[in-house]
Amino acid sequence: MDWNIFSLLTIDGLVNGSMYLLAGLGLVLVFSVTRVVFIPFGSIAVYAAFSLAAFQAGNVPATIGLVVIFALLATIVEVVSLIRKHDVKRIPKAILCWGILPLIPCALAWGVVKTQAPEYALLIASILLVVPVGPLLGRIVFQPIANASVLVLLIVALALEFVASGLALFFFGPEGIRTNSLVSGSLSFGSVTISAYVMLVILSAVVVSVLFFFLFGRTLMGKALRATSINRTGARLIGARPERTAVIAYSVASLLAGFIGVLMSPQTTFYYDSGFLIGLKSFVAAIIGGLVSYPITAIGALGVGIFESFASFWNGELKEAIVFGLLIPILLIRSWLASGGEEDEEDHE
Amino acid sequence: MIWRNPKVWIIPLVVVIAFLPLLVESYTVSLINEIGMSTLVALGLVMLTGSGGVTSFGQAAFVGVAAYTSAIVTTKLGLSPWVGLLAALALTSALALVIGALTLRMGGHFLALSTIAWGICVPIIFGSITYLGSHTGILNIPAIHIGDWSLGTPARMYYLVWILVGLAFLLSFNLMHSRTGRVMRSLKGGGTLLASFGADMYRARVILFVYAAVLASLTGWLYAHTYRYVSPSAFNVEVGIEYLLMAIVGGVGSLLGALAGSAVVLELQNILQDFLPLVTEYANHLTVIVFFIIFIVLMQFGRNGVMGGIKSWLESRGYSTSKVKKGPFLDDGDVALAGREKPAKGSRILSSKNLIKQFGGLTAVDDVSFDIDAGDIVGLIGPNGAGKSTMFNMLTRTLKMTTGSIEFMGHDISRQSQRKVACMGMARTFQHVKLMGSMTLLENVALGANVRTHSGVVRDVLRLNKKEEAQIFHEAMRQLERVGLADRAYQTAGQLPLGSQRILEIARALASDPTLLVLDEPAAGLRHQEKIELGTLLRKLREEGMTILIVEHDMDFVMGLVDRLIVMNFGSKLTEGTPDKVRVNKDVQAAYLGGTHE
Repeated sequence: MDWNIFSLLTIDGLVNGSMYLLAGLGLVLVFSVTRVVFIPFGSIAVYAAFSLAAFQAGNVPATIGLVVIFALLATIVEVVSLIRKHDVKRIPKAILCWGILPLIPCALAWGVVKTQAPEYALLIASILLVVPVGPLLGRIVFQPIANASVLVLLIVALALEFVASGLALFFFGPEGIRTNSLVSGSLSFGSVTISAYVMLVILSAVVVSVLFFFLFGRTLMGKALRATSINRTGARLIGARPERTAVIAYSVASLLAGFIGVLMSPQTTFYYDSGFLIGLKSFVAAIIGGLVSYPITAIGALGVGIFESFASFWNGELKEAIVFGLLIPILLIRSWLASGGEEDEEDHE
Repeated sequence: MIWRNPKVWIIPLVVVIAFLPLLVESYTVSLINEIGMSTLVALGLVMLTGSGGVTSFGQAAFVGVAAYTSAIVTTKLGLSPWVGLLAALALTSALALVIGALTLRMGGHFLALSTIAWGICVPIIFGSITYLGSHTGILNIPAIHIGDWSLGTPARMYYLVWILVGLAFLLSFNLMHSRTGRVMRSLKGGGTLLASFGADMYRARVILFVYAAVLASLTGWLYAHTYRYVSPSAFNVEVGIEYLLMAIVGGVGSLLGALAGSAVVLELQNILQDFLPLVTEYANHLTVIVFFIIFIVLMQFGRNGVMGGIKSWLESRGYSTSKVKKGPFLDDGDVALAGREKPAKGSRILSSKNLIKQFGGLTAVDDVSFDIDAGDIVGLIGPNGAGKSTMFNMLTRTLKMTTGSIEFMGHDISRQSQRKVACMGMARTFQHVKLMGSMTLLENVALGANVRTHSGVVRDVLRLNKKEEAQIFHEAMRQLERVGLADRAYQTAGQLPLGSQRILEIARALASDPTLLVLDEPAAGLRHQEKIELGTLLRKLREEGMTILIVEHDMDFVMGLVDRLIVMNFGSKLTEGTPDKVRVNKDVQAAYLGGTHE
């Protein structure tokens, strides 16, 4: 392997690693608040990528249909649960929050197409359009079983991922898409040429993760979020509201997913089912961080990206197998660390 | 009411099953075969998830390994499918042993995640090896032959599939109602519980995991020779999740859940596949969507599955669904289990020498020494935070000490595992009762006899364990009589009030024929009347010569019971002596009443 190939692979790995990094942060956030391993995260990124592709082709994205359906379901679920609790007074607010609010980005998206808005508006519209998806799915699928074991939540999350990617096929079709690049040009450092796009990706990953670290690692809101995951009842007692913090976490995660979709789609071809592997690989990164630590997740994500890139150079076919094979030793170490050498767990599911 | 007797149904059922392929069309027979094949995998998952608490998303990988193995043996090597079966069984169980040995020490969701990892890896590896036909897979696999009789049609395959399914259920039922199986069924109680009756959680999990993989490999073999081709996509992680879906739909609380789940899931899939193409061009994918939506709804509203539903329906109508109706082998002849050799009264049983335990900067137990002799009833008491529980955990070896040593029956057990010490004759109970609520009282107590018996998985599966089972249940019944719970032997333990559960735990400990019985706060949380009953039992045990160490917070409870008290406060031993001496000790009064003493 000569220096050129090495640098090429490293840069390629860093780009993918940036994607896993952003996704990993989202997964850690959602897990640390809800204990849900949010595998459908990748599919939300796919929705964003397809939205952008539709915008660039001058079409109204089919994502709107998805969001409307989710909003409708969430409203029904919320209203039914309110009626069951005989809390009829809160129904109008529920309809507003779960039924009307998610439609605002849809209206925006529709407006963007009709007014032939500038390029950057398309990007923002694509990201905003998928922001409601996470919280809505969370409300429909996970809130009713919020107290279930991590394992039950994981099984449901996996099932949800297949629903999410199945819906993507339904709404976007089987063809892969790639969007127009946001930036062009490149810079040379000696023999190594780095395109502006690559630098943009890496830079955004760095900025977002630093932001993330300060926002959720250090602030009171971050602490409230984490308290919720450790003990829902306890968090409620000190005034944090699990349902609300979950909505925040899912929204931020969706925002990140949207960002990833928009950021990566010029370089990577997205298919309706690309989300599964993006979700799982970011998840490997998140596992390296023990699903709790943001900085270690960041390092893990870049590691997975670079590892994957070198693995694909060594054997393209086995690339995925190698990456997931890596998961087993990581899990062993993590499990050992989590139990602190001795174990006394009781799973009453 | 002759039809209420299940035996009346067996003959017509067998007749229907035997002639079914002649009665329905070939397409339906294929579907029924498919249900049978999936049932095998689901059966393994029901046992793994329902009993072992281990969720595997990767069973399809084992099916795949077996299918590919038999495919290669028959196509590339030109050998008989029966050789293929042996090779498939051998390779799959070897693989399961390796994967299981590596991953089964992990806890809860880490383990489940690892199954996703190898569940994804295995089919990718199939697809990348040219020898295995890459993504196309292996074609032209021969049919199974019995002599000259070819099982090339679904109607003929039907008999093989369902004989294997029947056999699998029989063997699995045997297993679950045996020494090994009872340990497996208590896996959800955690490693400490298992070790308390001398069983190893890791070992039980590995055996269960390999057993489930063997069932999956049968499916793989049948698959390869039914469809006559194998390709990687048939064994990917989505398929693995579908198998899990079947187990959960059917209900992991009952072995029959595997059959119910496979039937419901595959029939539903079949209906959807017939119906959806009329509506849309993406019918296959819509099937998947509908499917997983049903799955999610099920996880939200009915995690007990079909069998769980049937069970609670039957119970609501007054039928008992408890499996064991009467003591299975109680009437057999010579049924006493060999007892342990008991030390002479007054000889040293346990001595703790200068035990110190530090948690970081905090010294929880500071230089505590004491001895227990055979026939003693000793109380270890102290106010909250005195270090009693830490002491208890060090003695029973669930916690490592910082320095000091413990001798039990003349052996240094300072470095021994909790399980070893249990095998040596130290039996314990739990402050937070650890019983298997879905097992009967008798079965719970039978767990205690685990240390005194030896039957392994092979003997248990093949029912070669009859004599020992009879001994175990005889012993369990004897202990239930001893503690006064014999009349409720066939109820499930979950139905008992806390006081009786504590007593049941003591019966379980007694079933190990212990040299030393260590009770962890037996009176905690008990009502007055329950405390009296517990006291009566312990007094009875004392008269029978049992050596007992009671770690207790409730001073009144132990006062009238013990020969000797050891009082701890702030991690140190405050004093030691007869109850009367301790009662008048100024330091003890101060510790308990918080009085001033100078």
